[in-house]
Amino acid sequence: MDQMLLISILAAAVTSGTPILYAALGEILAERSGVLNLGLEGMMLVGAVSGFMAAVKTSNPWLGLMVAALAGGVLALIHAFLTINLRANQVVSGLALTIFGTGLSGFLGKPLIGIPAPQTFKPVTIPLLGKIPLLGPILFQQDYLVYLSYLLVPILWFYLYRTRPGLHLRAVGENPAAADAMGVGVFSLRYLYVAVGGMLAGIGGAYLSLAYAPTWLENMTAGRGWIAIALVIFSMWDPVRALLGSYLFGGVDALGFRIQAVGAMIPSFFLNMLPYIFTILVLILATREGSRRGAAGPGALGLPYDREER
Amino acid sequence: MLKQKRFLFWLTMLLLVTFFVAGCAKPKTAEPPKPAPAPAPAKMKVAFVYVGPVGDAGWTFAHDQGRKYLLEKMPDVEASIVESVPEGADAERILTELAEKGNKVIFATSFGYMDYVLRVAQKYPNVVFEHCSGYKTANNVGTYFGRMYQPRYLSGIVAGKMTKSNIIGYVAAHPIPEVIRGINAFTLGVRSVNPKATVKVVWTNTWYDPAKEKEAAKGLLAVGADVIAQHQDTPGPAQAAQDKGVYAVGYNTDMRSFAPKAVLTSPVWNWGPYYVKVVDAVKKGTWKSGQYWGPMSDGVVDLGPYGPMVPDDVKKLVDAKKQELLSGKWDVFTGPIKDQKGSVKVAAGQKMSDADMLSFNWFVEGVEGTIPK
Repeated sequence: MDQMLLISILAAAVTSGTPILYAALGEILAERSGVLNLGLEGMMLVGAVSGFMAAVKTSNPWLGLMVAALAGGVLALIHAFLTINLRANQVVSGLALTIFGTGLSGFLGKPLIGIPAPQTFKPVTIPLLGKIPLLGPILFQQDYLVYLSYLLVPILWFYLYRTRPGLHLRAVGENPAAADAMGVGVFSLRYLYVAVGGMLAGIGGAYLSLAYAPTWLENMTAGRGWIAIALVIFSMWDPVRALLGSYLFGGVDALGFRIQAVGAMIPSFFLNMLPYIFTILVLILATREGSRRGAAGPGALGLPYDREER
Repeated sequence: MLKQKRFLFWLTMLLLVTFFVAGCAKPKTAEPPKPAPAPAPAKMKVAFVYVGPVGDAGWTFAHDQGRKYLLEKMPDVEASIVESVPEGADAERILTELAEKGNKVIFATSFGYMDYVLRVAQKYPNVVFEHCSGYKTANNVGTYFGRMYQPRYLSGIVAGKMTKSNIIGYVAAHPIPEVIRGINAFTLGVRSVNPKATVKVVWTNTWYDPAKEKEAAKGLLAVGADVIAQHQDTPGPAQAAQDKGVYAVGYNTDMRSFAPKAVLTSPVWNWGPYYVKVVDAVKKGTWKSGQYWGPMSDGVVDLGPYGPMVPDDVKKLVDAKKQELLSGKWDVFTGPIKDQKGSVKVAAGQKMSDADMLSFNWFVEGVEGTIPK
């Protein structure tokens, strides 16, 4: 394999891993606060369509990004209301959110099909860093959203493990009753992180429609939201591991077509299956490691909190 | 307190369900606006079933252009559409619905509708069904398609002349005879002017997925391709070529607006005249079932406009071949044609039969890639 091909695969791994990374980071926040949100796919789709719509109307991709984040956040609030206030089953509510988001985005996106985005996020080479051989073209000749995700991962890691609000967040997810007794607002924090999680998922969707494709297409996430949920488990709810996992998935995704282009004798149907096979493998490995380490996610994950039942 | 919560819960659920139904309420039948309820003479009703959205800038868009042409030429016809109909049991329901509504002709514009068309046609013997790209007919079911391989060959000449690396990439949809035929015709065109060039094929296994198609094109660019051709319904591959600063060959419709610096030309569909012919024949009662495979001389397929980077001598070369095709003296798959291993499959001077072309399952010499079985 020559160097150019290798660089192309690794650079594509970063690009196609980025939407999954945003969604996974959002889900980590929500799950750390104890709320499982299976509506990732729906929030990504709604983010993708609304971001694209705003970018077409205003010719400004940054405005599109903001609208996408808002839309993802609003959708997540529905989930928050259902599961936190009404204590509905989180799995059912999340699934409903995905179905709802898929339908809503298809409905809203109808007039947008076939329109090219006027302004999109284009790759920008970072001076100096972009010139490093091998690493430069892989990591530093990407678009702004990728750079933003480079910043977001260490910030979130630091926030989660090294700050007081991060500690509160983890406490709410591990033992909400204890956190409540400590005077931490369980309900308000859960609301906050579910909403922020939705915003990040919306940004992940907008990355698809404003940088990766960049067009709107019905159901364009093609299961990336579900992959992100699997990735959260694989990452043990850790942003840094989520970054590695996302690029691994992106790499497997990008590999398929490049293996074909080189002319290997592997059926293309099998190559298209790779990311999904990989998801199953990763889940098996993560579960094994999780049970060995005795770490199986936030203690109160999936459980509604009720003050009166203490 | 509890009661109130329960009430709130059901209210929200109700809202969710309503939204969901509203969001999913498609495929919708988009009927043209009806004129004022004047006692106008009853218009003849025809219907089109599309596999994708009208705005896809590709396959379905081309069919809808044909429908608009029909409305223009025959103002006394009413032509409704149903978009994004999946190639499954839903198709049967929609076809039945359209037949019930009194449509006289129904055009089913995707291969996968085939068996559903036949089943519904049996129940409605007085409705004419026209199925695009299929091979099964009945008394009231005809099939129609175009010899897209002819303009594809011509676009191959352009690509063969414009490549510098002698590697041409081809983003292909599904490994079926129609697509394989196109790849072969394109490669023959390339090699007729540039015997050193090869055509690398990558399968996406999708008709319509911009991100995937773009990614596939990037894979081809990474192995040195400097012209990207495509058998896909979106401009994704052409856009990938433009991003890299190399050339592309579009498909379905003129794709220059999506990648003006890249698109050399595009083999295009032009369904309008055929739709007029069919509807007119049904109206006059002269329609008969048959299998129509229209050549370039009928105008159903053609080579779209050139980009500004194509030099005049290349255009002349293409024009000369085009004349041979139009006159019917020569066709693309005329021997000698070798397969990938170099053994002669079509002897010198021999023409491939339609049956052989319709069941193509091997690549000609010069194609690099495999056909998944």
